[in-house]
Amino acid sequence: MDCCPECKNNKSDLSLLEPVFKELADEKGSLIAILQQAQEIYGYLPTDVLRCIADRTGIKPAKVYGTATFYTQFRFKPVGKYLIMLCQGTACHVNGADMVLDAISSELGIGDGDTTEDGLFSIKCVACLGCCSLSPVMMINEETYGTLTPTKAVQIIRDIKESEANGGAAQ
Amino acid sequence: MSKMKIVIGQGSCGIAAGAAKVYDALDNAIKAGKLDADLSITGCIGMCYLEPIADVFTEEKGAVVKRTYVQLNGSDAADVFALIQKGDFENEAVKKYEISEEDENNLKSQTRVALRNCGNIDPENIDAYIATGGYEALKKVVSGMTQDEVIDVIKVSGLAGRGGAGFPTWFKWNAAKSSPGDEKYLICNADEGDPGAFMDRAVIEGDPHTLIEGMLIGAYAIGAKEAIVYVRAEYPLAIIRLKNAIKQANERGYLGDNIMGSNFSCKMRIKAGAGAFVCGEETALIESLEGQRGMPRLKPPFPAASGYFQKPSNINNVETFANVAWIINNGGEAFAAMGTQDSKGTKVFALTGKINKGGLVEIPMGSTLRDVIYGIGGGIRENKKFKAVQMGGPSGGCIPADLLDTVIDYKKLSATGAIMGSGGMVVMDESTCMVDMARFFLDFTAKESCGKCAHCRLGTKRMLEILERIVNGEGKDGDIELLEELCVSIKDGALCGLGQTAPNPVLTTLKYFRHEYEAHIYEHKCPAGQCRSLVTYTIDADKCKGCTLCARQCPVQAISGSVKNPHVIDTEKCIKCGKCIANCKFGAISVN
Repeated sequence: MDCCPECKNNKSDLSLLEPVFKELADEKGSLIAILQQAQEIYGYLPTDVLRCIADRTGIKPAKVYGTATFYTQFRFKPVGKYLIMLCQGTACHVNGADMVLDAISSELGIGDGDTTEDGLFSIKCVACLGCCSLSPVMMINEETYGTLTPTKAVQIIRDIKESEANGGAAQ
Repeated sequence: MSKMKIVIGQGSCGIAAGAAKVYDALDNAIKAGKLDADLSITGCIGMCYLEPIADVFTEEKGAVVKRTYVQLNGSDAADVFALIQKGDFENEAVKKYEISEEDENNLKSQTRVALRNCGNIDPENIDAYIATGGYEALKKVVSGMTQDEVIDVIKVSGLAGRGGAGFPTWFKWNAAKSSPGDEKYLICNADEGDPGAFMDRAVIEGDPHTLIEGMLIGAYAIGAKEAIVYVRAEYPLAIIRLKNAIKQANERGYLGDNIMGSNFSCKMRIKAGAGAFVCGEETALIESLEGQRGMPRLKPPFPAASGYFQKPSNINNVETFANVAWIINNGGEAFAAMGTQDSKGTKVFALTGKINKGGLVEIPMGSTLRDVIYGIGGGIRENKKFKAVQMGGPSGGCIPADLLDTVIDYKKLSATGAIMGSGGMVVMDESTCMVDMARFFLDFTAKESCGKCAHCRLGTKRMLEILERIVNGEGKDGDIELLEELCVSIKDGALCGLGQTAPNPVLTTLKYFRHEYEAHIYEHKCPAGQCRSLVTYTIDADKCKGCTLCARQCPVQAISGSVKNPHVIDTEKCIKCGKCIANCKFGAISVN
């Protein structure tokens, strides 16, 4: 059921969605929960997955896509191994979050929403993470780093790069 | 108790500050036999600036003594606590981590209702909650009070919506109760999207059972058999702890069928938000719960008449619910005894920004902003001058220094042009540009506008464009007037609270800091020295030691000079990234 070149290139293993449908497909108003679980499985929402969700829930594809694009949590491109979420809350802004973004961007050579060519890092500016007293803050995968300065943030990235180069996945 | 007890604060912010590492270090020491203690966790006590924090309980001469240690380190925690265990409290290695008297008093000077258990009990253990009298209020309600009696107590208390609008809680409950129909829903709004606010996160992470109990009492009052908590996805730890708490409450019969042997049955579930600020608006939240795009509905009908799947629904904020069990236990009068004529009880604030002692504070209504910022908050960082405090996030405004004695009260704060809001209090000093602050919030609302109303969708975008050109030094004569005109029409033309309040950050900064706008537009200057396009960096030749660090750090090679001789910045090349200032050890570089 390929509707466009992008669909053709998507070859997601749709069987992974079965348990999700079993739990949620018939529940009223469960579309967002299904999308969340799908993103959990694939790391993002590929087009063929969205189409499959539309088929199985009986919701029109345009509506599934429209709902997914409304919420900032959903991604439509794969992200890097390390997702850097940089907080854009008021406290972080007042304490220099934009300097931190500049520093990380120039270190990695990518901007907000992009992924490095080696697939290692993605940068995403996000809404307040709620750790305001440690501002500016960023979250890399599950770990939160606070009271950042441009130098400190770059050092954290370099440390991860180094541990990756040494074959270790530890942060 | 003979064994030493160690309790480590493990809220999200504590963990980010290293509390999990401290916990692991102590846990390992206990397992290795180097330390003999019971280790447990608690939520956020609110003194975020002192994290990681541990309370130590020891038995001395038959009495339990509590000592608090702050700003701990995973690297030496095991050694420090080994010394504490030996009773070597005066050892310098231990003493340096002891909480200061001032900080201890800071905590004691607060009045804690919503946060009464946060930082004191283990949020993952229902027995810890029950030991503080938890679920007694629910028992009282289901075993002997009518729906109207419960609503009456809340009415007497004067409790108003803590999400920001300050609408009387009893009124909403009564409306939902009076709506015809058997199928009703009670919803908790935990979509705390205001940047700079984290009160609700702290309550859910630190005392989830308080929320559950408050919600169940609300569900009983309105006649709901199902309760839903809408939590934002950015709060993973809150979701985990709440899930765990719901499971425990189900197992103990506080949730489910025939709660505590009564005729009242109620189930509860969590719905994780997916990142949309507008979903804090109650009708948008309902749309989102139904699996739709979170776009606000026309009111009326109000949710009390037609809400979740067109059924009568009642929505309250986390902090509102966190007060309910306390009110039932202590009586509405006790709650109403705190506060002012118009605003009763206490309010939790998240104090952040350029403040010395950032964190969570809970104070009675009627305190002044000065009490919070200079009292509990310990004043401004680096002794700089206080400029303004931003309250109410993107819907609120900036209150200037000469209004520091404003009383915290819904009406008094609204009179300044700001709002009480959900409790975010971001403090700004002389180095914060107020035009940039307005730009920051308009950038936020323009991105978060759902797109339904043209005034909000297009108006916020146009306002943002004007503000962007002002901070970039390209402001034009007439821009201020154009902003004012847009403010009025967006307020009038938007359907929901997001749009109606979006101009507030601009209106308040224009009201109190108009001269800053004018300086940007007419003099091409940023008085705060923050707007990059309008500042120049210079090196003070007297202070510069010629260490060359700035020249080496400069990404565009705009700094020149030889070793041990004063350096110079080429303003043509300079991109104003601030790297030189951040790295100069002699304070030789200034921004004008």
